[in-house]
Amino acid sequence: MSLVAATIPAPHERLLRRISDVLTARHGFYLLLLLIPPMLWLGVVYLGSLFALLAESFFAIDDFSGVVVRSPTLATYRQLFQPANLDVIVRTATVAAVVTILAVIVAFPIAYYAARYARGRVKAAFYVAILMPLWSSYLVKVYAWKLLLAKEGVIGWVFARLHASWILDAILALPTVGGPSLSTSYIGMVLVFLYLWIPFMVLPVQAALERVPVSLIEASGDLGASPGRTFRSVILPLALPGVVAGAIFTFSLTLGDYIVPEIVGPSSLILGQVVYIQQGTAGNIPLAAAFSVVPIVVMGVLLTIARRIGAFDAL
Amino acid sequence: MVLPMSTNTPAAVSFQGVARHFGEVRAVDQLDLDIAPGEFFAMLGPSGSGKTTCLRLIAGFEQPTAGAISIFGEPVAGVAAYRRPVNTVFQDYALFSHMNVLANVCYGLTVRGMGRSERETLGREALALVKLAGMEARKPAQLSGGQRQRVALARALVVRPKVLLLDEPLGALDLKLREEMQGELKGLHRRLGLTFVFVTHDQGEALSMADRVAVFNDGRLVQVGPPEEIYERPRSRFVADFVGGSNVIEPAMTATWIGSPRPASLRPEKIGVLADDAAAPDNAVVVAGTVSEVLYHGATKRIEVATPAGQLVAALSAQGGPTRPGESVRLAFARDALHLMDGP
Repeated sequence: MSLVAATIPAPHERLLRRISDVLTARHGFYLLLLLIPPMLWLGVVYLGSLFALLAESFFAIDDFSGVVVRSPTLATYRQLFQPANLDVIVRTATVAAVVTILAVIVAFPIAYYAARYARGRVKAAFYVAILMPLWSSYLVKVYAWKLLLAKEGVIGWVFARLHASWILDAILALPTVGGPSLSTSYIGMVLVFLYLWIPFMVLPVQAALERVPVSLIEASGDLGASPGRTFRSVILPLALPGVVAGAIFTFSLTLGDYIVPEIVGPSSLILGQVVYIQQGTAGNIPLAAAFSVVPIVVMGVLLTIARRIGAFDAL
Repeated sequence: MVLPMSTNTPAAVSFQGVARHFGEVRAVDQLDLDIAPGEFFAMLGPSGSGKTTCLRLIAGFEQPTAGAISIFGEPVAGVAAYRRPVNTVFQDYALFSHMNVLANVCYGLTVRGMGRSERETLGREALALVKLAGMEARKPAQLSGGQRQRVALARALVVRPKVLLLDEPLGALDLKLREEMQGELKGLHRRLGLTFVFVTHDQGEALSMADRVAVFNDGRLVQVGPPEEIYERPRSRFVADFVGGSNVIEPAMTATWIGSPRPASLRPEKIGVLADDAAAPDNAVVVAGTVSEVLYHGATKRIEVATPAGQLVAALSAQGGPTRPGESVRLAFARDALHLMDGP
């Protein structure tokens, strides 16, 4: 049978094919079908419950009965701005900021290597290495870190064996960030956060760096820019959206977490813990809701600033 | 050391025994080549022939595996790309997407530490040179392909390179724009007096623009010379075929026609068709054959004819001559139209 002489059968007329025809011809209907499930999820379940929670923050609790009074008031927000609560907010934002900055410093070289140099198997190994921590239970990891950081833990033991306990003691003697042991200090808490969130920083930065064409880096050098200058003027600006995306993850995840500070770190509370306590044992849902508004406002402000300084220009 | 410049002007770019191997692949092998100052030099070859690697060796993006390269007499071994007095117009233009047109053009001046007003004056001048005045504030994404190409050109020219390297600069443009840019590049070269080294796989582009053409194949330089020489007197089957699609006549045929058992190139436009009753002119070779294809090209047409000497292509004026496949024709050409080449 030759190609010229062959009879090619027409495509079968089946029901699915008919449906496809209808969907192709009616674009709006097709989009509607595509968007109904995510809209139900995101719009109703997710945003709906979020707004219900936020609405709760404009109610207040009756001091005597402990019952939520369902009439709009700013009393809860007045409570939020009491010095003790402001303290929690500032402390949490500081921890989140430190975690984010350290995450950028640690993640950038890893992401840069993965994007520019790793190929084939090395690259596959990179993805496994970055993602593997996400496969194991979050609690297991945090408790493992507690064991590493504890006074009699692995890190203390290594320092002792190296006759370098004095270095550890000196670090722990630092005001504010230090403490009786690593596992009860801010240093320990930040280390655990850093470990937990690092994949969320590496992956977007790597994706952004991978999209920077090699020819742009060559062009920069060709025009007389030293490698350092090329990094500052070309690579970094083009990777900045990735860095900001990663920072959104690390910052907001830290702002909202209540398990890590429960297990590792000093006894003073972090925002997530306060929300947890207020909605649970304290039974003050409006205050918990008001506290939940804080990360949303902080992230909104940070994103606006990032936009103003042109972090998204390269998108 | 002081040398009398008039008698010993160094080449703009000089390759001495240069090789660049990527593992087993010999991208460039045993290259000896001098490019004269002020020359418009084309490197022509199919993809993978090593021409782009040569350009990258000059720019400093690649280091030679063996041999030495010098630019205006200065050896550039170990000199990083950002210290070489050459600039490149990239095939994909490589414009900085986060900067506007003016910032792109001024980039080379900015990194050299030139003050803002001074560099912007030069940048605007360069943009005017490539006819893009008024586009300063646009982002590269807002420009057409041709405009991006001009920005890339301005950006390379503004830092006054001693040698301008162009990597398939017109490859992504459509035909009309490409012809326009060919003329403009030629004009810029004349006005600026710089050395242009131009990489292309388009033989028409190389022939029409360059002062000299180097033809590459499989990592080797196979012929270098002025366009007329490359076109009229190809040295090998490869050059004959790649540049202008010449007919290659096998040695056995050449031996019977003119008594030299060497392959010969025969340009399609040197072949004519004899009218049915016409006698063969003096000193001409006549071959009979059957037309197998007729391709109309506007002013000319090309006919493919199956003959005892193999498949021959003739370029004829569009008027007259055979019109459809299957017709019998007699082809004729002057004996001296056969150009003998090297090789078996």
